[in-house]
Amino acid sequence: MKRNYLLGGALLLGLAELTVPASAQTQITGAGSTFAAPIYTKWAEAASGATSIKLNYQAIGSGAGINQINNRTVDFGASDMPVKADDLTAHKLMQFPTVIGGVDIIVNIPGIKANELKLTGPVLAAIYMGKITKWNDPSITAINPGLKLPSTAIATVHRADGSGTTFVFTDYLSMQDADWKSKIGSSTSVSWPGGAGAKGSDGVSGTVHQITGGIGYVESAYAEQNKLTTTMLLNKAGKYVAPTMAAFEAAAAAADWSSVQNFAIDLNNEPGDASWPIESATFVLLPTDPKDVNQSAAVKKFFEWGFAHGNDTAKQLLYIPLPESVHNAIRAAWKGVPGTM
Amino acid sequence: MQQTVILPMSSAGGRRISIGDPIFAGLAFAAGFFVLLLLGSIILSLFFGGMPAFRAFGLSFLTSATWDPVHHVFGAAVSIYGTLLTSVLALIFAVPLAFGIAFFLTELAPDWMRRPVGTAVELLAAVPSIIYGMWGFFIIVPIMSQYIEPTLIDTFDGIPVLQDLFAGPPFGTGLFTAALILAVMVIPFISATMRDVFDTVPAVYKESAYGVGCTTWEVMRSIVLPYTRVSVVGGIMLGLGRALGETMAVTFVIGNSDQISSSLFGSGNTIASIVALEFPESPAGSLKLASLLALGFILFVISFIVLAISRYLLRPRLKA
Amino acid sequence: MSATTATAGSVPGPAKNQKISLALGRRRHRTNLIIKALCVLATLIGLVLLASILLTLIYLGGSGLTLNVFTSVTKPPGSNGGLLNAILGTLIQTSVGTLIGTPIGLMVGTYLAEYGRHSTLANSIRFVSDVLLSAPSILIGLFIYEICVEPFGGFSGVAGCLALAVIVIPIVVRTTEDMLQLIPPSLREAAVALGAPKWKMIVLICYRAAKDGIATGVLLAVARIAGETAPLLFTSLGNSSALGSMTTPMSSLPVTIYQYAGSAFQDWVQLAWVGALLITIGVLATNILARFALRGGR
Repeated sequence: MKRNYLLGGALLLGLAELTVPASAQTQITGAGSTFAAPIYTKWAEAASGATSIKLNYQAIGSGAGINQINNRTVDFGASDMPVKADDLTAHKLMQFPTVIGGVDIIVNIPGIKANELKLTGPVLAAIYMGKITKWNDPSITAINPGLKLPSTAIATVHRADGSGTTFVFTDYLSMQDADWKSKIGSSTSVSWPGGAGAKGSDGVSGTVHQITGGIGYVESAYAEQNKLTTTMLLNKAGKYVAPTMAAFEAAAAAADWSSVQNFAIDLNNEPGDASWPIESATFVLLPTDPKDVNQSAAVKKFFEWGFAHGNDTAKQLLYIPLPESVHNAIRAAWKGVPGTM
Repeated sequence: MQQTVILPMSSAGGRRISIGDPIFAGLAFAAGFFVLLLLGSIILSLFFGGMPAFRAFGLSFLTSATWDPVHHVFGAAVSIYGTLLTSVLALIFAVPLAFGIAFFLTELAPDWMRRPVGTAVELLAAVPSIIYGMWGFFIIVPIMSQYIEPTLIDTFDGIPVLQDLFAGPPFGTGLFTAALILAVMVIPFISATMRDVFDTVPAVYKESAYGVGCTTWEVMRSIVLPYTRVSVVGGIMLGLGRALGETMAVTFVIGNSDQISSSLFGSGNTIASIVALEFPESPAGSLKLASLLALGFILFVISFIVLAISRYLLRPRLKA
Repeated sequence: MSATTATAGSVPGPAKNQKISLALGRRRHRTNLIIKALCVLATLIGLVLLASILLTLIYLGGSGLTLNVFTSVTKPPGSNGGLLNAILGTLIQTSVGTLIGTPIGLMVGTYLAEYGRHSTLANSIRFVSDVLLSAPSILIGLFIYEICVEPFGGFSGVAGCLALAVIVIPIVVRTTEDMLQLIPPSLREAAVALGAPKWKMIVLICYRAAKDGIATGVLLAVARIAGETAPLLFTSLGNSSALGSMTTPMSSLPVTIYQYAGSAFQDWVQLAWVGALLITIGVLATNILARFALRGGR
C-alpha cells in the first residue's frame, strides 16, 4: 500500500533525528504551564547539543503539571501559580522561577488604537463584574480625556479553560478591588459574572477581535505577535504605562525577592514609575526526593543552561529573564536537592 | 429459514467433541463478559471518583447552578442544562436537514447521483471532531458574530419572549453556535439511518399510493414515514447520543459560563466541555475533580437513558 | 386511475366537484414542489458544509504543506519544525490500538451472532457495546489514566494505545455482528453437514465469508481513532521533541494539533492546520476506501 512506502521513506529521512544513541542523551519529561511552553522547548532545542539532554515538555496546564509532579509521572512540573509552602512540604517539592511574563489587556473599540486607552485596576474590576457596562461610562471617560469613546456595550471575554493567566489576572483584580476579592477571588478558574469564555489566549484574542466593544486579557506574547490593540494601565506609582518590554523589566527589577519563601513572589502591582502592573513569574517544581538522581541532576543542568545562555532567547520570545541575583539564589537552593549537575 | 445449526453426532461411533469448541466458545463468552466488565469499571470508577462531590452537596448538586472553584462550591445544573439544550437544539436543526437529504437521496435523486452524494454526506461523519472545533471557531463563529447573530437580535428586538431568547452581545461563540456545529456532526448519522429505513418500505405500498394519485411528498408523509416512524425516531436517538458526548468540537465554541443565560447566544457549558476545559487544572483529590467525575457519571446516566429508549424503539426492526 | 374517476358513491366531497378537486390538486402539486425544492436545498447545504470544511483545511493548511513537514520532528516556534514524530506516533498508536481492539471486538461480535444471539446476556452486551460507542472519549481517557498511568507513574504510548483500543472495540463488535448475521444459513449448514465442529465453521467459513464487511468495520474504526484527541491527552500525553516509545510519552498528530492551534506563534498555528489537513485527508481516504470495499463485496 502506498502508505507503507511513504512511511518507510519518512522513516529513512527522519532517522537521524529520531534515533539517538541511548548513552549519549538523557531524556527528561516536564509538563504544565502553557505559558512557558515556547521558552522551555526553545531552550531544549538550543541546549541539546551542549548538554546532551533531550526534553519532552507537554503544555497541559499549570494545575495538571502540579498533579503530574505530585504523582511523580514527570521529572518536573511547571506552574504559573506558586505552590503554597505547606503543599510543597507535603509533596516534597522544591520550587524555583524560570522566566517572567506580562499579561496585557486588549480591547476592540472603534477608533481606539493600541496603547491609547487608559484603564485602572478598580475600573477593570468593575468592568468584569458588570458594574460598568458601556464604554462611554463616566468612570472611563474621566481617565481618558481627549478620547472619543462610543456608547457601545462592553463585552468581556475571559479564559474558558483553567489557566495560569487567569490566576495572574484575577490576583491583580483581587488586589485592586475588595469586592472582587471577596465575591470572586483569584484562581486558575473562577466563577465569572457574565461575559463570554474562549479557549486559550488565542481564543480570547480571536473573540475580542470579532466583537465590537470587546475586552480581554492575554499573555503579552500573543498581543505582540498578533499586533492586538493593548491598553495602558495605572501602576502603583500612579503612572499610566504601556505594556512594553521595558515596563515588564522594570516591574521585575523592582521586586523584592528576599521577602518571600520558596521564591513565591507575586509580581503584580510592583512599585516603580515604569512598572507594568500585571505580571508573573512561572515556576518549576522539582522533587526533593527524586527516585532517579540522574534525572534530577539533568533537570537542574537544563535550567542552569537556560539561566546562563538562554536570556537572549527568552527576550526574543518576549519573556523577561530573571535578575542574576535570583539566578544565584536558585543555584544555592538547588544544592539542597540530590543530584549533582 | 432456521438460523440455528445443530451439530451432528459423529458417525465413527461414540460422541467426539472437538476440543476447539469449548475453547472457542469460552473465548467468545469471555470477550463478551470483558466488555460488560469494561463499561462497568468505567462507570464505577466515575461514580466512586465523584462520591466526595455527591456527599458534599447531596442531591442539590444536580440543581445548583453555582460553579465556583475559589470557594469550592460546585453544581451540575449549568452543565446539564447546556448539554441538554445544545443536544436538543442540534436535533431541531439536524432532523429536518437530515430528512430532506434522506428524502432527496431515496426518492428524488437520479440513480447516478445517489451513491456519490450519499457518500459525500456520510463523509461529514468521518471528519475528526477536533477539525470541527477548529473549523467552527475560525469559520462559523465569525459568521455568527458578524452576520447572523446581529440580524437575529435586531429582528426579535421588541417581541416579548423571543427578544430575551435572542439577546446579548453577539460574541459568535455560545450555546447556539455549539448547537449548530453539533447539528452538522449529527446530520450524517440521522440521514444514513433514515435512508436505510426508507429503502426498506415495500414498493407495493408506495406504488398503491402513487396509483391513487398521491404526490411524492404525500407518499412520504402518509406511507413511508408512518411505516418507518419507529426506526426514524430510533435513529434520531442515536444521533442524540452522539451529540451528548461530543467534546472537542463543543470545547472550541461554547465559551464557558457558570450561569444559565436566558439568551441562546449566551455562553454555557456542556458536561463534556467542562471536563475537557477544567480537568487539567483540577488538583488530584480536590472537590473540583470529584465534581468533574460526578458530572461524567451523570453524562453516562443520560446516555444510558437515551440509548435505552432508542433500543426499545428500534427493537422491532432488529428482529425483522 | 385518477381521483376524478373513482367508483360512484365511494369518494365523498371535493372529488365530485371538478373545480374544487382541480384547485386542491394544484395546491397539492405546489406543496409537493416546495417540499422537493427544500429537500434539494437541504442536500445542497450538506454538501456546502462538507466543501467548506475541506476548503478551509486546504486553504489554511495547504500553504504549509512542505516536504519539511514530513522530514522534521516537532520543534519550538521559529525553528522550522515539522510533524514527523507526530505523524509516526499517530500511525503507531492507531495500528497498535486497532491490533488490540479488533480481536476482542471480533470475539464479542461472534458471541453475539453465533452463541448468545437474543439471550438476556447477549442483549445486555449489545446494549453495553452501544453505550461504549457513544461514550465521550474523554471519559475513556480518564479511565485509562486511572488504571494505566497513575499506578505506573508515567504517561506511556501503551496507555494511549489502550485508550484507542477501547474506542475500537464497540465499532468492530457492531460490524462483526451485522456481517455475521448476513451470512446465509445454508453455508453454515453445509459446513456442519460435512462434520466441521462449530468453531471451525465459524472461523473457516463465516469469517471468510464476512471478511470484507469485517475489514470495512476495522477501517472505519481506524478512521475514527486516528482523529481522537481527548483520550490521548491523559494517556500518551504527547512528545514535543521526539517520537517517544511505548513506555514513555509518545507524540501524536491530534494532540500536537490541539496544542499548536492555540499558540501565539504563526508557524505553530500553520503547522496545526497542516496537521489537520493531513489527518482529514487520511481519515476521508480510509472511509472512501472502506465504502468502496463494502459495496464491492455485497
